[in-house]
Amino acid sequence: MKIENVPMKGLSSEEYEKTLKIPWNPNLQYAWDNGIGIGKYLHALKEGKILASYCEKCNRIILPARAFCEMCWRPTDAYLPVQDTGIVNTFAICHVNWDASRLKPNEPRHIPAVIEIDGASPGQGILHLLGNVEPSKVKIGMKVKAVWKPAEERTGSITDILFFEPY
Amino acid sequence: MGFRKVAIVGAGITKFVRRAQETGPEMSYLASKTALDQAGLKLKDVEMITLGSAPDAFDGVHMKGEYLLSGAGGNNKPYIRNFVGGGTGVFAPIHGWMHVASGACDVCLVVCSEKMSSCHPHPQGAFLTIFDHTTEQPLKPTLIWIFALEMRRYMETYGLSKADIARVAVKNKNNALDHPSAQVAEAVTLDDVLNSEVLAEPVHRLDISPASDGAAAVVLASEEVAKRLTDKPVWIDGVGWNLDTAYWATKDLYYPRYVEKAARMAYEMAGITEPHKEIQVAEPYDPFDYKELHHMEGLLLCERGEAARLTAEGFTARTGNLPTCPSGGALGVGNPIAATGLMKVIEIFLQLREEAGKRQIPGKPRVGVAQAWGDLMQVGTVIVLRR
Ligand SMILES: [Zn+2]
Repeated sequence: MKIENVPMKGLSSEEYEKTLKIPWNPNLQYAWDNGIGIGKYLHALKEGKILASYCEKCNRIILPARAFCEMCWRPTDAYLPVQDTGIVNTFAICHVNWDASRLKPNEPRHIPAVIEIDGASPGQGILHLLGNVEPSKVKIGMKVKAVWKPAEERTGSITDILFFEPY
Repeated sequence: MGFRKVAIVGAGITKFVRRAQETGPEMSYLASKTALDQAGLKLKDVEMITLGSAPDAFDGVHMKGEYLLSGAGGNNKPYIRNFVGGGTGVFAPIHGWMHVASGACDVCLVVCSEKMSSCHPHPQGAFLTIFDHTTEQPLKPTLIWIFALEMRRYMETYGLSKADIARVAVKNKNNALDHPSAQVAEAVTLDDVLNSEVLAEPVHRLDISPASDGAAAVVLASEEVAKRLTDKPVWIDGVGWNLDTAYWATKDLYYPRYVEKAARMAYEMAGITEPHKEIQVAEPYDPFDYKELHHMEGLLLCERGEAARLTAEGFTARTGNLPTCPSGGALGVGNPIAATGLMKVIEIFLQLREEAGKRQIPGKPRVGVAQAWGDLMQVGTVIVLRR
């Protein structure tokens, strides 16, 4: 066989619909332990705070909070709250859901962003969403602030922050 | 450095298609048989096999290596699968190189296989679990997000426009018109790319490679065996690989530090001190058009922020000073993840042998580099080939 004439067939949409397929919907359920560092991070979110870790050796305040510094490969020395404000490092205006399905024209666009959190070392960003802003108004460098769920509705999840909005 | 010399002596690729009728083992067989035929070898001549394939979630088959083993010729032989996400396709031949360079065997078959279409309606859904399950998955991220975030950061850092980026898609999709295995070779124009469906601004549909099914394979041989088999061995002169932290939101998104580190490792092994002068053909990984530019810079083929200008000036066209993705790349030939990286290695192999047909670049190239990238924007794998 040569590369030019390897037999291989891609099915058309019609052919594909006619093939015998065995669908499988796995019902796998996972219960993830939060761990030490992230456990503290989630607990702080429930209290309306963003928690970082401090590594004395590289003198970095790092996000999210973690039990060890991956650069120095040693335990972190302290947990400390940082601000719930930050600046937009980068962002996207997304018209697609996580499963590649398309948003309807009237649905609000997802605006994911990497947000560098104030009080952490430079470059320490987290992934979150922007809200209460026209997509066309979003800029790199924009100052944003967390919009929290009401305290009684928080569960200790990253979604305790609904989104970040300009301030 | 105490390594034995290792050559590529044969290569095979299936067509890259959407929704292949063939199964993963069947595709693996087709690519492997083609590679062995080209090398003039039988399966009994192969001592060890290494296979690369991306996440099990695509196929819904756990322990995919064991599932693909029969098609990859692995029955009753030392066989092992490796997996570093999108970096797998260049890591697999590195892994095979380890087997031969160490003296563990003289002939090693390297197979990369991917069938993404089993996961439907779209394999994109399987990528949700690449994100941290606690701090990111609840936000319902898609992989397109992080590419859009990275692309925007890259554009902002160097003041690039969408058109500066889209020229890569135009070049590669048009290059793929000459590749017999291509899935989406299209004579697209800059306007076609810029006006294609917006997925996650700044990423449009034609900025992205398609989901694909396909397989690729190469045969590696020790120096003595290679010289017996062919008068055109292509030597694996340097290999490098590197992983960065999974805390991706804390990285400089405009520059792939891990690719640079992998490249420096490979260049040092190959004795290359001035890659931008010594490398004559390159296959940087281009699942998104901006990634080719990102990776040209990480591969030290140009200064940071310069790749877009070089592309606009035709420097990276087949007839330019440094052709990149003369194959058509992931954007044009298609992107069955692990098989794509190996397709790139095969392109350099064919270019250095001057067997690339209509895709052949002028000037009898002697040195080329292939690279792949993957995981949570974490891994760089690099291989330098020399005729
Ligand atoms: Zn540290």
